[in-house]
Amino acid sequence: MARNVSTRRKIVVTVVAWTIGILIFFPILWTFLTSFKTEAEAIASPPSLFFFDWTTENYHEVQSRSNYFLHFMNSVVVSFGSTLIGLIIAIPSAWAMAFSPTKRTKDVLMWMLSTKMMPSVGVLVPMYLLFRNTGLLDTRTGLVIVLTLINLPIIIWMLYTYFKEIPGEILEAARMDGASLSKEIIYVLTPMAIPGIASTLLLNIILAWNEAFWTLNLSAAKAAPLTAFIASYSSPEGLFYAKLSAASTMAIAPILILGWFSQKQLVRGLTFGAVK
Amino acid sequence: MGNITLRNVSKVFGAHAVIPSIDLNINDGEFVVFVGPSGCGKSTLLRLIAGLEDVSDGEIVIDGKNATELPPAQRGLSMVFQSYALYPHMSVRSNIGFPLKMANEDKAVIDKKVADAARVLNLTDYLDRKPRQLSGGQRQRVAIGRAIVRQPKAFLFDEPLSNLDAALRVNMRLEISQLHQDLKTTMVYVTHDQVEAMTMADKIVVLNRGRIEQVGSPLDLYHKPDNLFVAGFIGSPRMNFVSGAPAAAYQAHTMGIRPEHLVLSKESGTWGGTVGVAEHLGSDTFLHVNVDNIGTMTARVGGDFAVTHGDRVFLTPDAQRVHRFDDKGLAVR
Repeated sequence: MARNVSTRRKIVVTVVAWTIGILIFFPILWTFLTSFKTEAEAIASPPSLFFFDWTTENYHEVQSRSNYFLHFMNSVVVSFGSTLIGLIIAIPSAWAMAFSPTKRTKDVLMWMLSTKMMPSVGVLVPMYLLFRNTGLLDTRTGLVIVLTLINLPIIIWMLYTYFKEIPGEILEAARMDGASLSKEIIYVLTPMAIPGIASTLLLNIILAWNEAFWTLNLSAAKAAPLTAFIASYSSPEGLFYAKLSAASTMAIAPILILGWFSQKQLVRGLTFGAVK
Repeated sequence: MGNITLRNVSKVFGAHAVIPSIDLNINDGEFVVFVGPSGCGKSTLLRLIAGLEDVSDGEIVIDGKNATELPPAQRGLSMVFQSYALYPHMSVRSNIGFPLKMANEDKAVIDKKVADAARVLNLTDYLDRKPRQLSGGQRQRVAIGRAIVRQPKAFLFDEPLSNLDAALRVNMRLEISQLHQDLKTTMVYVTHDQVEAMTMADKIVVLNRGRIEQVGSPLDLYHKPDNLFVAGFIGSPRMNFVSGAPAAAYQAHTMGIRPEHLVLSKESGTWGGTVGVAEHLGSDTFLHVNVDNIGTMTARVGGDFAVTHGDRVFLTPDAQRVHRFDDKGLAVR
């Protein structure tokens, strides 16, 4: 009896989960399919899902019209660069807060998080002027700086949560065993924290890769990453859905593949500490 | 050598003095147990000796050398933690060899010492496993192995058996006692379990609210407790305390009598009462007797003393074994 109920429940839950999953994934699938249609088919009503003349023309068109590789490299430099610099700043900060907290540690953490609650557009004008006056506008350096700053609170929070899970007694044991601070970090702490550092790294690369507000507003041509590359297909020459879709697919493909291969690590990192 | 002396050692957290001031001498080769209820400061005291906490005042002398300001690694002590604190990413071999690696020993020397320690602790077959693949008892052995390879001046144990089940705990208790006899190295052992303290220690230090209540051999504390706290803490089941008229008969404010020093009879005796709960252990029976005008007292009788709930019994204290305490709770001798 109990078994029957649980089987029925399982079926319902599975159907619901698949439905939600497909709903969430549908826009990406639709973009992908549209990128292989002609412009006429892309706006046809009713739309056809799979039965149309598949063509790669849009990809050739996008390739010939803009420099995909430049934007791709900009995205790589900006997302990896900002994440690495963020980690270099965040690891010691999270370490200090996790292993020798003071009365104000919680306040500092909350303050850092509070910066994420402010709407970005609220500081757009001052930021733009700062960037213009310091010559950082439309440079990779400028984008690395701004993305490091906006993602730093998340990096620190993730690492802090992760480091908190490492039992203090193990570090004390290392100290008793004669390890100096540097050896304690190299032989005990870092190997134990590597999964956490790796998932933080991955998540932040994805966040930085997809960041559109600052990258669109602070870059024009030279430093524009893939987000700007997509945007360039949306307005100036009217709407070309098929080409826009081809550009979008090309922009999200690298990060989608990275996410696919590291999903196990990502999920583990994000749910770490939630289930013990 | 492993002589540890504490002089006026105190520890203050914020405004709260966990340890007001302690003087203690631990001789070379001694097995000393710190025992006391939760929050009495016994673990803090051990951590002060280890160097994991800084003393607020006073000094710690190890083998005649002031070690108060020395970092843990330079004190020459090894510690076994309650949670074992093994390095989860290292094999058993690397865990045991870690202190030697930190001391920059040769690989050949490390391998030999690790193999020796593993043989002593029956861990040879598990050297290539990770800690998570071991049982609780095996993990505890690895932690001990990691402590002994370095041949420290003294071992510090912080409630090492409290995560083990009862049967394993008895085994490990014996193993640690055996290890002490083999190595003849000073051991300082923290526990809240007075049975562990009684069975293992050469010297017991009873702590309460950060103060030393009494220091002595297990039997000293059992036979001659200095005060009500020690009398109540040492011995299981705990000592019965009676004040008022029955105590006045012994010229005491409070009299104490251990359950095993009450003589039971079904016919006559000093105090009459009815049996509440009878706990039959086979060899012994613990009777919780509701004594007229006094209250509940515990008595220990032979396992064949046939009595059940509600039976009328009489208790007579063995006059030679009555403990007397004054109004401040101190022993009157």
